[in-house]
Amino acid sequence: MNDPLPPLRMAFLAKREGQERGLAKMGPALERIAIPVLALLASAVLFGLLLAIYAQVDPLEAFALMYQGAFASWFSWQNTLTRAAPLILTALCTALPARLGLIIIGNEGALVLGGLAAAATGIGLAGAPSLVVQLAMAVAAMIAGGIWIALAGGLRQWRGVNETISSLLLAYIAIALMNHFVEGPLRDPASLNKPSTAHIGEANMIGTLPGTDVHWGLVFGVVACLFAYVVQRFTTWGFAMQVIGGNAKTARMMGLDVGRYVLLACAAGGAAAGLAGMVEVAAVHGRANASLAVGYGYAGILVAFLARHHPLAIVPVAILLGGISASGGLLQRRLDLPDAAVVVLQGIIFVAILASETLYGRPWGRLGARLWKPKEG
Amino acid sequence: MVNKLNIGRRTLLGGAAGIAALGLGGAAQAQKPLVVGFIYVGPRDDYGYNQAHAEAAAILKKMPGVKVVEEEKVPETIAVEKSMESMINLDGATLVYPTSFGYFDPHMLKMAAKYPKIEFRHCGGLWSKDKHPMNTGSYFGYIDECQYLSGIVAGHATKSGKLGFVAAKPIPQVLRNINAFTLGAKSVNPKITTQAIFTGDWALPVKEAEATNSMIAQGIDVVTCHVDSPKVVIETAERAGIYTCGYHCNQSKLAPKGYLTGAEWNWERVYTDMVEGMKKGQAPGNFVRGGLKEGFVRTSAYGPAVSDAAKAKADAVKLEMLNGKFTIFQGPLKDNKGNTVIAAGASHIQTDPVLEGMNYLVEGVIGATS
Repeated sequence: MNDPLPPLRMAFLAKREGQERGLAKMGPALERIAIPVLALLASAVLFGLLLAIYAQVDPLEAFALMYQGAFASWFSWQNTLTRAAPLILTALCTALPARLGLIIIGNEGALVLGGLAAAATGIGLAGAPSLVVQLAMAVAAMIAGGIWIALAGGLRQWRGVNETISSLLLAYIAIALMNHFVEGPLRDPASLNKPSTAHIGEANMIGTLPGTDVHWGLVFGVVACLFAYVVQRFTTWGFAMQVIGGNAKTARMMGLDVGRYVLLACAAGGAAAGLAGMVEVAAVHGRANASLAVGYGYAGILVAFLARHHPLAIVPVAILLGGISASGGLLQRRLDLPDAAVVVLQGIIFVAILASETLYGRPWGRLGARLWKPKEG
Repeated sequence: MVNKLNIGRRTLLGGAAGIAALGLGGAAQAQKPLVVGFIYVGPRDDYGYNQAHAEAAAILKKMPGVKVVEEEKVPETIAVEKSMESMINLDGATLVYPTSFGYFDPHMLKMAAKYPKIEFRHCGGLWSKDKHPMNTGSYFGYIDECQYLSGIVAGHATKSGKLGFVAAKPIPQVLRNINAFTLGAKSVNPKITTQAIFTGDWALPVKEAEATNSMIAQGIDVVTCHVDSPKVVIETAERAGIYTCGYHCNQSKLAPKGYLTGAEWNWERVYTDMVEGMKKGQAPGNFVRGGLKEGFVRTSAYGPAVSDAAKAKADAVKLEMLNGKFTIFQGPLKDNKGNTVIAAGASHIQTDPVLEGMNYLVEGVIGATS
């Protein structure tokens, strides 16, 4: 008789309540832009001070060089976008499961296995029409990456294993597997001093965007982010994931199949990172080898956290970090700074953004709360 | 204070050119200098592979009319393509040295096709006339000659008769070094063995330390290595009071007591020759190789623990090498599984391409290639 409300109806009510609380804060949208910008400015000031005091370099000259290296010309933009492309995809590997409250950091493993699967598929299908090979490589890479991260999700859901640790450890296993295949069964005997798989064939390379030398990985990444945003924002799946992220127990009580969503989100994230691996093979190297494991996966974690796991914010954040790494070379060449300079900047930004999390909701929030609910103030 | 420093450097660099122009375009000199770009896969001060190149680059910097731009820790991915392009587009580099092995294919080849007027020279010996464009090339040194000499010195120094070799990957270049080192030691005492441990990658300091410690525990009393940075191996061995032979560049500072000698690159020879040529308008060579005789490699000065007998023997062999009369790999030679790899009477001189596909460990090496 007293049927409980259908789970999503209840969830929707929960969300509306949440939005009302959100409204209580004055200008949450403004806040979401102003706080990261402030954090970035603070990082720049801190980095500038370090440059001036520790490295004895004129910070303004350094920033001018960074701008020149990252954004001042079409060449620099292409450099930046090329470096941003893999980060967009690997960031999704952390950002999508984060929606459910999971912290996945094994992105590198999914990327590496995706690249390996893509190379194996490309070699296996040699002779087939190139579009078929390319699609098959992408699908194989997404499946391989998806399964890998879903493993971490499954371990968490059914065995209670911490997904952060398990995904990180799985990444080491993935790299070891890749090394095994590249140095053993899949090794191209001609690759003497840098063990690699055979080449997938020039015809099967996916090439660059017309008129640029930025590869297709950028488009894949942007499309994947848009897709993730639409799913999260406008579908019941995305909505259910948000509910689970809010409180998994409540979600379970509502009858949501939490395990299914955990697997789904992890698989989707892993698929994105796997696709990044496919792009490395099919757009850059033509083969799978140890150059797949160069840290794009770990940089993706940074991007996801800086973007606060918002799919649309991932793109500009990845471009910012791509720009920083693109300009690193110029800082080394012109100012004799070590490579560590840009790593320090990245670290400062990471800490500043995380610290700025505490600023959300105040002082605007407190002010807003007083206006809306004077009694609670 | 900061400003003063900057002005000082700029004045030094740029002379009369305006400060604004300097800030944007680097040193604008009346005569256009030859801009040479160096790209390293690891840190410039790694006491190893990258430092060997950076030390030579530092010597180029002192040559008049030459400007050197450097980038370190550039991975073997599209990042290195962008670094090369950035050096060409933003710094005006016309000669580029991507020094890491994995930079060659596809990265350097791609850039060479895109910038046909720029000269690209790669460290590693992969260039072949039929396959690669003429604005690319490769240079490499027969450093196994120095490894053989290190082996002689190690063979004299060891008391246990057990040597250790910490290696990155079982690839031909590395195997050749392990084998040359072992053959050198066995020329002193045929019973000497070399324990080889492969860490799996070029820069894994923790595994390198573990490998060295396990060797020390086994009673091994001389270690050497072939990893990107020998620092960890040398320091660990020195702390345990055993002997070391260096690799890539001189590590005697890290082990003042136990450092015997070492196999070093002498890239200065290669780089200054090529740059002198470029300044006269000659393109650098495409296939450049050399050993001790050509001055591409050298041995570290002997450490205090090296006996006179060891010095005499090593110097005698070195002299033969310098005269081009010494062959390291000659038959009969067996691998450590008992198979004959070089038949009696056969021999492979340094330039023999057979040696570049080496896939075995010689008798006396404890370890496996896979």
